[in-house]
Amino acid sequence: MMEQTDNLIKLSNGQVLSKETIDGDIATINFGPTHPATHGIFQNILTVDGEKILTSEQTVGYIHRAFEKLAERRPYNQITPITDRLNYCSSPINNLGWHMTVEKLLQVEVPKRVQYMRVIIMELARIADHLICDSIIGVDTGALTSFFYPFSEREKIYELYEEMCGARLTTNIGRIGGFDKDFTPVFHQKLKEFLKTFPKAFEEWNGMLERNRIFMDRTKGAGPISAERALAYGFTGPNLRAAGVDYDVRVMHPYSSYEDFDFTIPVGVNGDTYDRFMVRQEEIRQSLRIINQAYNNLPEGPFHADIPEFFLPEKKDVYNNMEALIYHFKIVMGESDVPVGEVYHSVEGGNGELGYFLISDGGRAPYRLQFRRPCFIYYQAYPEMISGANISDAVITLSSINVIAGELDA
Amino acid sequence: MTNNTLLDALQVELGSKIITSEVLYDTLVIEISPSEAFDVVELLKNDAALSFNFLTLIGAVHYPEEKGRELCVVYHLHSWKNAIRLRIKSYLSQDNPSIKSLTPLFDGANWQERETFDFFGIQFEGHPNMTRILNMEEMDYHPMLKQYHLEDGTREDKDDRFFGR
Amino acid sequence: MGKIEDLEVINGEGYQLTTLDKAVALARSNSVWPLPFATSCCGIEFMATMGSTYDLSRFGMERMSFTPRQSDLLIVAGTISKKLAPVLQKVYEQMAEPKWVLSVGACASSGGIFDTYSVLQGIDRIIPVDVYVPGCPPRPEQIIDGVMNIHRLVKHEPMRRRYSEEYRHLLGNYEIEVTNADNDK
Repeated sequence: MMEQTDNLIKLSNGQVLSKETIDGDIATINFGPTHPATHGIFQNILTVDGEKILTSEQTVGYIHRAFEKLAERRPYNQITPITDRLNYCSSPINNLGWHMTVEKLLQVEVPKRVQYMRVIIMELARIADHLICDSIIGVDTGALTSFFYPFSEREKIYELYEEMCGARLTTNIGRIGGFDKDFTPVFHQKLKEFLKTFPKAFEEWNGMLERNRIFMDRTKGAGPISAERALAYGFTGPNLRAAGVDYDVRVMHPYSSYEDFDFTIPVGVNGDTYDRFMVRQEEIRQSLRIINQAYNNLPEGPFHADIPEFFLPEKKDVYNNMEALIYHFKIVMGESDVPVGEVYHSVEGGNGELGYFLISDGGRAPYRLQFRRPCFIYYQAYPEMISGANISDAVITLSSINVIAGELDA
Repeated sequence: MTNNTLLDALQVELGSKIITSEVLYDTLVIEISPSEAFDVVELLKNDAALSFNFLTLIGAVHYPEEKGRELCVVYHLHSWKNAIRLRIKSYLSQDNPSIKSLTPLFDGANWQERETFDFFGIQFEGHPNMTRILNMEEMDYHPMLKQYHLEDGTREDKDDRFFGR
Repeated sequence: MGKIEDLEVINGEGYQLTTLDKAVALARSNSVWPLPFATSCCGIEFMATMGSTYDLSRFGMERMSFTPRQSDLLIVAGTISKKLAPVLQKVYEQMAEPKWVLSVGACASSGGIFDTYSVLQGIDRIIPVDVYVPGCPPRPEQIIDGVMNIHRLVKHEPMRRRYSEEYRHLLGNYEIEVTNADNDK
């Protein structure tokens, strides 16, 4: 990893240090792959001088599950469960992004009500994702209580998902063309309840950390990255916004009626851990604002587009109507006709621009599906963010950039 | 800026370097030969009016039927100033698939090119660390090529008859 | 070396007669310290089980040890890929006897929906598993049910089991050496 000659030490990244600058011996320690459960599986081999990190070498791929190859086997509606497992903390965003990609390929326009419903579900998912990330930053600085408060709030979001699709975490929510059912009365009641009680609970939890002396001392200046370096690496999402660049896919290329809503994009200053924490907290507040606007102005209309080749007909029609029976058969067996073409669509996921590059050759499964995974792209910058920092700063930097292993390795 | 004005501007800048161009669904897609891809991306990045400052994605596609053009490297670029996306494709032959790496221009291309190498076997010249990233180092084939199966052929606990394969 | 079924339980002033096996098993089963080896989505459901709604600490399990040396139960939640398999086996070998393994989720039990070239089709290819919890991901209630099954196993395990020839043979199937004090007998 490094060579030593009389007075100089040459490290593996090309840096040459004089022996006088180094206080003691250089040690090589292993940071991962078995982390404390919260983060995921990736390995960093660090060379440290005392507590200061000199170089870091990364290994990823410990949870590579071959999504892209798997997608070439499955028909379009069966790929949704795979997209769940990308960023599993906010899986509705992945699902609905995929549905929008296929709708773009089919050139289908979904009704306004569906778009507003999608916005509500996606913003709930974004809140869930940011709650996890910020509670884990708190845990890594030693505040274990900050883990329990948000998790009981997340249970409310899980109940909303369950009402809509039946599952808590890997939701497989919605269908190509809309949703399988409208918002039920129980959903309306639970959502109203959530919108009434969550802001107060959120502010109570936020107050524990936001101006906390110890938390601020730990996180300010930990793992900074400048805006130029972040852009060179291809950062998107809260990590880029914490560095000061206000790029948001929802604003630059609006999808699913985001242009109807009024929200601000929070932007940080230094790009350090405290800024990332604060940007995510503010994004939760903005998401609540969007949900309120969407819910109060929810338009009437059908809850799915009129595409019988892709949207399952109602069961009573299947039993009585010949056409519905044929469509049902074709959809379930995956034999619907898809036009030939290639399309790229991106949504603003919890971590940044989540993109789907889909090439279809008219067959039942995609010819090629590639996911643009934000975690994979910004995790490359991690060694640069922690060089020269203490090991404890490396830990909270890792938790603050919110690396989700499923999205990292796909 | 619309796709048509972008195409006109590109034809002025690049001229004959563009082999084909078409607008697919809402994005302009141009084909560039592999030896010129790096220069084109550099030109687009440094141009003040076009200003393609963001590299969104690098990927590859395998077309086993097209002889001499089996592997296609796809670059997705994004210009924030003009809020427009561009897709650049370069076709490589499978005998010696190699193309110049974009790491001098964009640091974020590093791991994406390693992933493309891992899955398809495309060599990127000038890349600082051309090794496998997601699969195990001992793996001796490139799994995303069309001739390889999804499943591991050596597994003994699943009977293919029951899984529809 | 079985249990003594008809032992009369005599309750007196400040004493109770029982077997050493039962007393030790009771103590062990109510304070199992888990090692959460959480890789993917099931890990988030495990974290929800640890949270206050589905409290795992009422079973005495809130002390999550991330070092194998001080843990009793290895909870494998999430997909294990072939790249990670040697790491998992090493973690299992580093745990001290007695140790149990809980496999949470479809991916850890059998590979799940990922029947691909890079995913290990079930962790029982490399380590012996005590309880499997199916689901993708399993609800926290299911995980707690798995944990309670582990407690039942712990409560009825004889103290000499880990030294027995049968146990050594079981671990030999996975090419794991059993090292304990009686090894040289």
